[in-house]
Amino acid sequence: MAAILDLPEAALAFVYLVAGVMFIQGLRDMTHPRTAPRGNLISAGGMALAVGVTVLVTNILTPVLLFAGLLVGGAVGVWLAVTVETTEMPQLVGLFNGFGGGASALVAGAEVIDMFGTGSFGVGVTATASLAGIIGAVTFWGSVVAAGKLHGVIDDSAVRYDGEQIAKAAFLIVAVLAGLHLTLRPPLLGSVPLAEWVPSYWVLIVAASILGVLLVIPIGGADMPVVIALLNSYSGLAAATTGFVLSNSVLIIAGTLVGASGLILTIIMCESMNRSLANVFFGGIGESGDDG
Amino acid sequence: MTDPATFVLATDGASVFVRNLTLFVLAAFVGYEIITKIPTNLHTPLMSGANAISGITLIGSVVVAGSGETLYATVLGFLAVVMATVNVVGGYLVTNSMLDQFRSGGRD
Repeated sequence: MAAILDLPEAALAFVYLVAGVMFIQGLRDMTHPRTAPRGNLISAGGMALAVGVTVLVTNILTPVLLFAGLLVGGAVGVWLAVTVETTEMPQLVGLFNGFGGGASALVAGAEVIDMFGTGSFGVGVTATASLAGIIGAVTFWGSVVAAGKLHGVIDDSAVRYDGEQIAKAAFLIVAVLAGLHLTLRPPLLGSVPLAEWVPSYWVLIVAASILGVLLVIPIGGADMPVVIALLNSYSGLAAATTGFVLSNSVLIIAGTLVGASGLILTIIMCESMNRSLANVFFGGIGESGDDG
Repeated sequence: MTDPATFVLATDGASVFVRNLTLFVLAAFVGYEIITKIPTNLHTPLMSGANAISGITLIGSVVVAGSGETLYATVLGFLAVVMATVNVVGGYLVTNSMLDQFRSGGRD
């Protein structure tokens, strides 16, 4: 199926600019009690505009699958949001956030596979895709663990063990090495990275997934709201890096906006809860003091 | 780089990257500046609202799911569309009901 709407590239970029401005205005309105409901509406309008125009102009090869995905995702989203108890909202936000990060990692993976298939890929794309994959997978699994701790399905005490920092560093290094392998494609391991499903990207995803779990497991339940705020900032960054992969302006603008404002919000939440950001970030190094 | 799904204005890789980097740096400054003083009871709704915005990755999912030429890419794109749509739709609805509770008098 060809694109439904045949918009010139400049018109599409302009619609993305309008959506970007609506996100900025929406976020700003959300910092004041009086304007907050309006802010959420403006932001939702920007999202509807950006997604709507993208669906209309994209050259869709598999329309049934795409609309089925939108329908299923929309139905699940509505169902979860409508049936949630007020006290369970923080973990639901955490879970939603994880889904966003996971989607970014999958998009980057699909794009890399497509590019290897067509044989046209640049170092810039594979490097940013690796970054999107690492941040996205950490966000997904970190958010799932954080939501699980808040919901009481995962032990919400701070789980500490010997060599904690070394374990985290090891999985980060494996993920980075897999990303380098994908980006530089050294003759090492022969044609392995060129297989149709691009194995080195999935090694990266598995390592980053374990890292995401390890990052949140050592943090106690009381710190979870701050952790979710931080992971929210990460999922914005994951969307922004996906924007670099696809060279899409509104993905970069909106993702970066959330990445930066989410970080500030995390710092503010830390201050109001009397927590140190570094402490939450590195899983409470200061609390036990015997790491490393 | 003539893939219709990538919406590239400039054609050579380096200038495309710098254009993207420009957007990134400017948006980072805007994001840093707009969050200043927030009342404590708005922390969670703001986090939830920002989370819904990060569902913008849905656009990437739509592009990839739509243009996926291999089976692997199409399946990944479909999963990404489902996950990102849950994030967007659920995120905005939950934020909205959080803010509704403030309006109906639950202020502290």
